[in-house]
Amino acid sequence: MRGLFAAVMLMGIYSFLGASWMLLLDAPDVAFTEASVGAGISTILALATLALTTRKAKTPARRSPLPLLIVAVTGAALVYGTLDMPHFGDPEAPASNYPHPSYVERTEHDIHVPNVVTAVLASYRGYDTLGETVVIFTAGIAVLVLLRGSRKRRPTGGGGEDAG
Amino acid sequence: MTETVVDNVLGLYNYWVVIFLMMTGFYIVISRGNLIKKVIGLNIFQTSVFLFYITVGKVSGGTAPIVAEGLEVYSNPLPSVLILTAIVVGVATTSVALSLVVRIREAYETIEEDEIQAQDETR
Repeated sequence: MRGLFAAVMLMGIYSFLGASWMLLLDAPDVAFTEASVGAGISTILALATLALTTRKAKTPARRSPLPLLIVAVTGAALVYGTLDMPHFGDPEAPASNYPHPSYVERTEHDIHVPNVVTAVLASYRGYDTLGETVVIFTAGIAVLVLLRGSRKRRPTGGGGEDAG
Repeated sequence: MTETVVDNVLGLYNYWVVIFLMMTGFYIVISRGNLIKKVIGLNIFQTSVFLFYITVGKVSGGTAPIVAEGLEVYSNPLPSVLILTAIVVGVATTSVALSLVVRIREAYETIEEDEIQAQDETR
């Protein structure tokens, strides 16, 4: 595909489809975040980058079979690795039993929030969320520093001020 | 023998969808020279990991982990929490990558990997 605009738009559609699948998998919080942040902000940032760089990709000169081979071998190894994984939706899977799921019932008593995801995110793992905001802050500073040193002093819209 | 094969295909297809997406992203990253396409490939790779976590957290017959009367089985909330954090961090790193692309374009006047390397060799 030569046109980068189409590639970026397809990335946005892909993110949105991913968000729909997450909704079907009982993760509405993640689906909302993916739809707004993944499909929304990422696409806007990529479009801003296109505006600051170029919309045309060069036609690749030669196509070597090596990448395809590497990908096929890696994919086969990963599929082999899944053969003894717990099956999809298995309630006995280790991921669903450790820590003991009784904390789901206790959450409402402890934190008074019916949504367990919110309770864990903001309370049980509050420091983790604080660390996340530090990461976003650092990334914002990095983007500002990178774009500030521009030689041409173009009006920069390419990143930085992303609300996480 | 055939029964276990069919059982595995029905039980493990979620992992295989994730692996297919992941390998698609990986292929774009290693085979394309355009830097923006590489970032898009990384994005696909990253989303496949998100989907992997979310499918691991799904419990058959469960509902979204919001406690309510009359509901007994909930899907696992922990993968959701981890992936909420990961999505936001992913966008932060993507924005840094894209601003690096902008800077590279200003320094080299191109965002094609081979042209950048050719310029480096003649310097």
